[in-house]
Amino acid sequence: MVACRAIGILSRFSAFRILRSRGYICRNFTGSSALLTRTHINYGVKGDVAVVRINSPNSKVNTLSKELHSEFSEVMNEIWASDQIRSAVLISSKPGCFIAGADINMLAACKTLQEVTQLSQEAQRIVEKLEKSTKPIVAAINGSCLGGGLEVAISCQYRIATKDRKTVLGTPEVLLGALPGAGGTQRLPKMVGVPAALDMMLTGRSIRADRAKKMGLVDQLVEPLGPGLKPPEERTIEYLEEVAITFAKGLADKKISPKRDKGLVEKLTAYAMTIPFVRQQVYKKVEEKVRKQTKGLYPAPLKIIDVVKTGIEQGSDAGYLSESQKFGELIMTKESKALMGLYHGQVLCKKNKFGAPQKDVKHLAILGAGLMGAGIAQVSVDKGLKTILKDATLTALDRGQQQVFKGLNDKVKKKALTSFERDSIFSNLTGQLDYQGFEKADMVIEAVFEDLSLKHRVLKEVEAVIPDHCIFASNTSALPISEIAAVSKRPEKVIGMHYFSPVDKMQLLEIITTEKTSKDTSASAVAVGLKQGKVIIVVKDGPGFYTTRCLAPMMSEVIRILQEGVDPKKLDSLTTSFGFPVGAATLVDEVGVDVAKHVAEDLGKVFGERFGGGNPELLTQMVSKGFLGRKSGKGFYIYQEGVKRKDLNSDMDSILASLKLPPKSEVSSDEDIQFRLVTRFVNEAVMCLQEGILATPAEGDIGAVFGLGFPPCLGGPFRFVDLYGAQKIVDRLKKYEAAYGKQFTPCQLLADHANSPNKKFYQ
Amino acid sequence: MTTILTYPFKNLPTASKWALRFSVQTKTKKTLAKPNIRNVVVVDGVRTPFLLSGTSYKDLMPHDLARAALTGLLHQTSVPKEVVDYIIFGTVIQEVKTSNVAREAALGAGFSDKTPAHTVTMACISANQAMTTGVGLIASGQCDVIVAGGVELMSDVPIRHSRKMRKLMLDLNKAKSMGQRLSLISKFRFNFLAPELPAVSEFSTSETMGHSADRLAAAFAVSRLEQDEYALRSHSLAKKAQDEGLLSDVVPFKVPGKDTVTKDNGIRPSSLEQMAKLKPAFIKPYGTVTAANSSFLTDGASAILIMAEEKALAMGYKPKAYLRDFMYVSQDPKDQLLLGPTYATPKVLEKAGLTMNDIDAFEFHEAFSGQILANFKAMDSDWFAENYMGRKTKVGLPPLEKFNNWGGSLSLGHPFGATGCRLVMAAANRLQKEGGQYGLVAACAAGGQVRYSGVHRTLQRVIFLE
Repeated sequence: MVACRAIGILSRFSAFRILRSRGYICRNFTGSSALLTRTHINYGVKGDVAVVRINSPNSKVNTLSKELHSEFSEVMNEIWASDQIRSAVLISSKPGCFIAGADINMLAACKTLQEVTQLSQEAQRIVEKLEKSTKPIVAAINGSCLGGGLEVAISCQYRIATKDRKTVLGTPEVLLGALPGAGGTQRLPKMVGVPAALDMMLTGRSIRADRAKKMGLVDQLVEPLGPGLKPPEERTIEYLEEVAITFAKGLADKKISPKRDKGLVEKLTAYAMTIPFVRQQVYKKVEEKVRKQTKGLYPAPLKIIDVVKTGIEQGSDAGYLSESQKFGELIMTKESKALMGLYHGQVLCKKNKFGAPQKDVKHLAILGAGLMGAGIAQVSVDKGLKTILKDATLTALDRGQQQVFKGLNDKVKKKALTSFERDSIFSNLTGQLDYQGFEKADMVIEAVFEDLSLKHRVLKEVEAVIPDHCIFASNTSALPISEIAAVSKRPEKVIGMHYFSPVDKMQLLEIITTEKTSKDTSASAVAVGLKQGKVIIVVKDGPGFYTTRCLAPMMSEVIRILQEGVDPKKLDSLTTSFGFPVGAATLVDEVGVDVAKHVAEDLGKVFGERFGGGNPELLTQMVSKGFLGRKSGKGFYIYQEGVKRKDLNSDMDSILASLKLPPKSEVSSDEDIQFRLVTRFVNEAVMCLQEGILATPAEGDIGAVFGLGFPPCLGGPFRFVDLYGAQKIVDRLKKYEAAYGKQFTPCQLLADHANSPNKKFYQ
Repeated sequence: MTTILTYPFKNLPTASKWALRFSVQTKTKKTLAKPNIRNVVVVDGVRTPFLLSGTSYKDLMPHDLARAALTGLLHQTSVPKEVVDYIIFGTVIQEVKTSNVAREAALGAGFSDKTPAHTVTMACISANQAMTTGVGLIASGQCDVIVAGGVELMSDVPIRHSRKMRKLMLDLNKAKSMGQRLSLISKFRFNFLAPELPAVSEFSTSETMGHSADRLAAAFAVSRLEQDEYALRSHSLAKKAQDEGLLSDVVPFKVPGKDTVTKDNGIRPSSLEQMAKLKPAFIKPYGTVTAANSSFLTDGASAILIMAEEKALAMGYKPKAYLRDFMYVSQDPKDQLLLGPTYATPKVLEKAGLTMNDIDAFEFHEAFSGQILANFKAMDSDWFAENYMGRKTKVGLPPLEKFNNWGGSLSLGHPFGATGCRLVMAAANRLQKEGGQYGLVAACAAGGQVRYSGVHRTLQRVIFLE
């Protein structure tokens, strides 16, 4: 809980959503050349309509790999050459995926910029042929149609999509530090208008089918079908194909026009965009906004704007050329490598490495209806888990239940749920003050106040009422799980599940296993977390586990920097400009000064000098004056309901003055301040790997980025060491060590990496 | 929701003499009478002509129509008003002024003011619910004589002020001072005046029924042509039945200020070519459900007199049918909204110990051609039976020559609340006319989850209601 009240803010940051877009999954297919039979594509002819079905073997999704490219060109050439065929339908045989995008591994395998540029140009040529086809081609879209998949779809003459929740269209390339490299930057603005196209490409957001219809991205919708004479998904694809065929015929017979009626607003926007002055203003506005949001840390968005601009101002040829070049440049950037690394890490952390648990958790009980408890309840009920939410007082319970309801109701307002679905989901929740029904619980998650004796008390109470197979999970941010489990009758069933606040927004779940925790208990906990939609890292028990432990030394440094007289506002801007989504001082306010103090004291006791630096007295004094951060209205800043602007809390001046330290000029440049924070974080993270708290660097990166807001453009502490260079980091650490002592001593593993440059966390 | 009637023990049936007299062919069972359970009979039933909404009934209120059905029933059966123990009516879109329309209509029709009446609602099977409620009351010995019926007036539906406007008006009522009133009035916005129409879509899924039917037809790959052909069959058979005077349950209705209405006005046999010209009504532009192959908005009312058998015989009636087993089932309101008959038919047959071959007259409610044909395909599919119904083999098709032979809801019309009684009377009259023994009635309903199925039996033999 500690770390993370604040970090909800993170999720606003666009690069965070990276990885929500389903499907951008990729595989490498060794090139079993398709001379005899095609493996990715087959086609049949129905009447005078060719139906091209994409179905990459051994994969849940279709990705645009080299093999698929070549088979596709081959098939299309046959279709264009045939006299019998007058039109074509392009469809996927996979339920839930049209084309999920380009094969990332294919891109990653490219050694040089030229290679990537060439790939982009080949793709551009294929889709250009589609666009210029004299025989109309209908893209029949069911499931994710992302990145390169969307670029293929928008070069067809007509698009029909199923109105299914799984059908999403989008250009998520920006989230991987790239841009749509197969003509998307040129076609999309023409199709949906410049503002909408920029919005899609710069945010990478996924657009649902009904919205896509309104935007003009697809021409027709097909409702998914229910049970019939075949499984619903199968019949829906068949039906989509049937409908697409009638439209293909209609287009070939000129009975249907591929042109779409535009609404008044759309027409006006389109007209406005023909005026050069308006266009310049739009580019300027968007660029300003992008610069402000990315702080220059992410090259992709600006290049996207640039390429779009080139296409519009200098014509398509220049646009396509610029697109392929910039695509190559972007793929070669560190940022892109970092973001792609995060993507792979996320895929990894969406798997249950413990296998399937013996018993599925169907009944969940949560103790404590506070912010965390209610948040956990919310993400559980909407996945169909029967959930009991228990608290000690009716007031607290009411607040918790209202939080769950509000969370669901907000989704209704955004039209992600119907009110009926909301009610039916909410009926999975039972709020109560006693232990009734706990005899049926498969798992209990406690989210009571962070106090060991309280946790011991509830553990004993709960063990008296739960069945033998029931798992006891503790949601704590710093209390060692083995200490909590010490009073348990069945320590093999005790595990830690560290959620991050706000639970419904933060994707990370840190699962903590003790030496006694059984494998099946771990499997169950991971299964529940995955069900709740979380990205999961599994770490060993220890003070602060992984996330809190990395954050603590950085926080200590924050205090020292403030003591050295750096203005909290200045500190915030230094951290955000480094890529952290939330400024360091703001983070303390959001987490809660009392919580930070608690953790600093606890971990300080265990780790001693290494966690020193700032004087915890600062926090103690703040707590004694009631400056607890956002929740009390005052911390480093003053918070007022409804006021967005944050003013510094002038009462802090006296506290800071009383604890003032002389700054050391040799390590107090802006850059040094940033690196003092980051290197302490990174050093501690590497130490966690060295000590075996972390099993893999990938989990460490995912935990740091998704849980603590480590700059996504750096890819996480381990990726950062790989890309930035271990030696340079060690040099920095040594420089600070000279000034401040042991807190900056590089750990052994980091030193090893610095000594042998071939050693990488990611090979 | 599934409702199964449990029978308390009572006197033995006395159906055996008719059983002997009329057994036409070999049946799995000679009678569906159950030991220790009272037999419930249909004495007779009537309905007003069913009219397209917006025609001759458009200035009436629902209870006027219901009253017409009730007086028609009184006239047809000459039942003394005072022997009627209870009156139950079904309706769907309620007129708020007459929310218990059964009571208003009964009083207006001159029934005793000592006879209690209540109104039920269960979407398109509201009248079926009214009848089976009556069956329950008789079988359990609470009542002997019951009038059940249903009414719907789609020409006029309650259109409300918006919630905001209603709130403002209610608050104004409570305001005490001029100042309070003025401050309330100042909150008024013009968009408050936007009216609220009665929902045409499912509350749970926000999908209209036509839309659902179109998807259902697509799921079972029912073509537009098949649907048009079936609709044409319904209209042709209805026309034939009307011309031959077989629709004997229709009673003339003198509409105040207008001419006497004597027959249904929605029957319009057309040609396949004409029907093929129509555009899809719901899923545009490529759907298959059109105005021609859907049931239309209808005004109408029906009423039926049901009694304990011994009471009917004692009063000298020759009942038309026994009402036997019935069953309600429900499914997923999104994708299986209209598949009730498929689910309920085998269950009610099993419950009665009969097979599909035993049934002489099928009367299924036809909401849409596509819906009926999808149900046929589902009943004929082993795959569907295995995967969705938990059966080893398919249900089997009802033979088309025994199916809705006198037309159905597509052609005769479908006043939501009143259709159930029409189905039962059509089955009873057909059994009598054609000399059959068992009949089966089935309907699907909105509200998501309800289908209803049952069995009764004519004098000659039996009907189920689904």
